Amino acid sequence: MEKFTALSAIAAPLPEKNVNTDIIIPIKRLVGTKRGTLGEFAFEPWRYHSDGRLNPDFVLNQPRYAGAEILIAGTNFACGSSREGAVWALNEFGIRALLAPSFGAIFFNNCFQSGVLPIVLDDAIIDDFMTQAREAVAGPQFTIDLKRQIVIAPDGTKVTFKTEPFRREALLAGLDDLGMTMNRIGDIDAFQDADRVARSWIYDLQKNSR
Amino acid sequence: MFDKIWDLHVISDLGGDMALLHADRILVHDLSGARALGALLEEGGEVRNPELCFAAPDHTVATDPTTGGVGDFHDSCVRPLQNLTEQGNIHHFGLGDKGFGILHVIGPEQGITLPGTTVVCGDSHTCTHGGMGALAWGIGASELVHALATQTVMQRKPKRMRVNFDGHLPEWLSAKDLILHVIGREGAAAGDGYAVEYAGASIRALGVEARLTLCNLSIEMGAKVGMIAPDDTIYHYLCGRPYAPAGGDWDRALTAWRALTSDDEATFDAEINVRIDDLAPHISWGTSPEHTIAVTDRIPDPADEADLERRHALRAAQEYIGLDPGALIEGTPVDWVFIGSCTNSRLSDFVEAARVLKGRKIAEGVRAWAVPGSASVKAEVEAAGLHGVLKAAGVEWRLPGCSLCVGANGETVPAGQRCVSTSNRNFVGRQGKDSRTHLASPAMAAAAAVTGQITDVRKLMR
Repeated sequence: MEKFTALSAIAAPLPEKNVNTDIIIPIKRLVGTKRGTLGEFAFEPWRYHSDGRLNPDFVLNQPRYAGAEILIAGTNFACGSSREGAVWALNEFGIRALLAPSFGAIFFNNCFQSGVLPIVLDDAIIDDFMTQAREAVAGPQFTIDLKRQIVIAPDGTKVTFKTEPFRREALLAGLDDLGMTMNRIGDIDAFQDADRVARSWIYDLQKNSR
Repeated sequence: MFDKIWDLHVISDLGGDMALLHADRILVHDLSGARALGALLEEGGEVRNPELCFAAPDHTVATDPTTGGVGDFHDSCVRPLQNLTEQGNIHHFGLGDKGFGILHVIGPEQGITLPGTTVVCGDSHTCTHGGMGALAWGIGASELVHALATQTVMQRKPKRMRVNFDGHLPEWLSAKDLILHVIGREGAAAGDGYAVEYAGASIRALGVEARLTLCNLSIEMGAKVGMIAPDDTIYHYLCGRPYAPAGGDWDRALTAWRALTSDDEATFDAEINVRIDDLAPHISWGTSPEHTIAVTDRIPDPADEADLERRHALRAAQEYIGLDPGALIEGTPVDWVFIGSCTNSRLSDFVEAARVLKGRKIAEGVRAWAVPGSASVKAEVEAAGLHGVLKAAGVEWRLPGCSLCVGANGETVPAGQRCVSTSNRNFVGRQGKDSRTHLASPAMAAAAAVTGQITDVRKLMR
C-alpha cells in the first residue's frame, strides 16, 4: 500500500450532501471488473452525459480542477453501499485525500486500506474551504501534513485535524490492516482458546447442523 | 447490551477508540466475497476459521424461473464463488440448495446469526442481523480479506443512540413505515458514528422478520449498526434451526443471551423519540432514503428550504424523479412494482402483499415482481398457497436473489420508468440507469400494483 505522509495538491469542491457510493461507482462497473480499471468510471452518472460525452459542468471536468488529488465534500460523503470499489475508483482517478464534515462509516474504513486519507473537519471550516476552492481562479492548492495533522488552505489558514493514532501510524508506514494484525496472531489464538470454553456454541455449529 | 457484546469480542485495544474484535460469523457473497476470498487464496493465504464462514451467491443470480438461477454472471461471479469456497473449505449454499438465498435472509433463517454474536459481511445491509440481537455491520473487501485471514475486524467503537417508538402500530403499517419515517424525519446522516438500538413496547411486539426489516435500514440513516435487544420471540424462533445450538449448548447459550439484556441501566449518547399511533404509511419521493414522506403528504417545495445546498439537492432529486414540488404523491402513475430484497422478502412480507392482492388484479401496464429472499421462504410461501394469490393477481413469482434491488444480475427497471419497491435504496440509477424508485412497504407496493399508481393502502382496503 502507498504511504501517505504529506500532500500539496489541487482540491475540488463537491458540496452535495449524502453522496452515495452508487454514484461514485455504479454496480455494473464492479461486476467482473478488475482493480486498476475503475478510475475512468469514478462519478460516472455525474461525470458523463447519458450518451457518454463528458459533462463539462461537473466539477472534476472543469479545467481549473484538472489533476485534483483532494476532494472537499459534503456531509455523509460516500454513504450507502459498502463497495470498496468507491475508494478504488477515486484513488485510481487520482484522489489521495478527502475533506468532509462526515463520511459514510464503511467507506471511511475502506479508505485506510488503499492509503487514502479521509479528514473530518467542522462544517464551518469545510464551508470556508469549499468557498476558497470554488472562488479560486486557477487550481486551488491545499496542503495536508499527516505527521503534524494540519491542513493549509490557499489563503494560508491552518487547521488541525485528528486521526486515530493507530490509523495515522499505518498510513505513514504504508501498512494496511492485515499487515498490522498479522503481528497479533498470538492474541487471537489466546482469545479463541478461552472463548471456545466460554461460548462453545459459537464454534460447534457444524456439529449441531442437522 | 451494545457495550456487553462489544466487550465480549475485544481481543486487543488498539488505542484511541479502536479495537481488534473477534468476528463470530463471516458471510461471503458473489461480489465482494468472491473478490476477497480470491485475493486471500491467490496470495497463498488461508481462511483461519472456515467453520465460522458461510457463503451464498445472492447479488448476481438470475431470478427468472426459466433460468434455474443461471444468468449472465454465472461464469464470472457465481461459479468462482463456489470454486473458491470449496478451495477455502467454507460452507456454500448454492443454487438449488435448500438453504440458498440472500445472506441477510438465510443467516437468521438457518440459525447462523445468533444473539450476542458479531457478524460481518462485505455488504452494508449486514446491519439487518441486528434484529436478532447480534452486533452486525458491513465491511469493505479489504476488511473482509482481513476477517477471513484472522477472524477479526478492526473497529472504532461507535457512540450509542436509542430510538424509542412510543404507541401502537396502526393497521396496514409495518416496520418499514416506522424506519422510513425515522429516516425521513432525522435524515440520512442522523446515525453517522452511532450504533442504533431500537426500543419500545411496539418493538417488543414485532415479530422476528419485522425486526430484521427495521434494522436493515439503519445504514440508510448513516448507522453501520442497528440492533434490537433479543427476547423470547428471538429464542423461540431460533430453537431447532439448522445451525442454532442444540442440547446443552442451547441451554448455555440461552443463559448467556438473557444476561445480555439483564440491566436496563444502559446510557445512550443520543436518544430519539417517535410517536407512532397516528403515522400514515410512508413512501420515498426522491433519490435519498431521507426523501421520505407520508403517502398523504405533498412533494416538498425547494423554495421552502433555507439552506442553498439543500435546495439545490431537492431540485436535482425532483428533476431525476420527475415529480413537481407541492404535488400530492398519491396518484403518481407507476410502471413497476418490486416486492423483494433483504429488506422485505420474508414470509410475512408476502403474507401482507397477498392480503392486498387477494381477489384483485394488478393494473394494466404494470409489471410486478415478487422475489423471495430464500429457497426456504419460497417453499413456505408456496406451501401456504400464497404464490397462487400473487400469480392470480398477475404478479410474477420468481426465484430467490437480490434482483431488482440493485440490478447487479442485469435485472433492471427500464430508463424513465417508475417503480414502487420494497427494497432499501432509491439512489440515482440504483434499479437501472435513469430508473425511478419509490421505497415502501410490501402492502403499499401491492396497493400500487393494483391501482397502477401510488396509493394509500388503507384507502384501498377500507
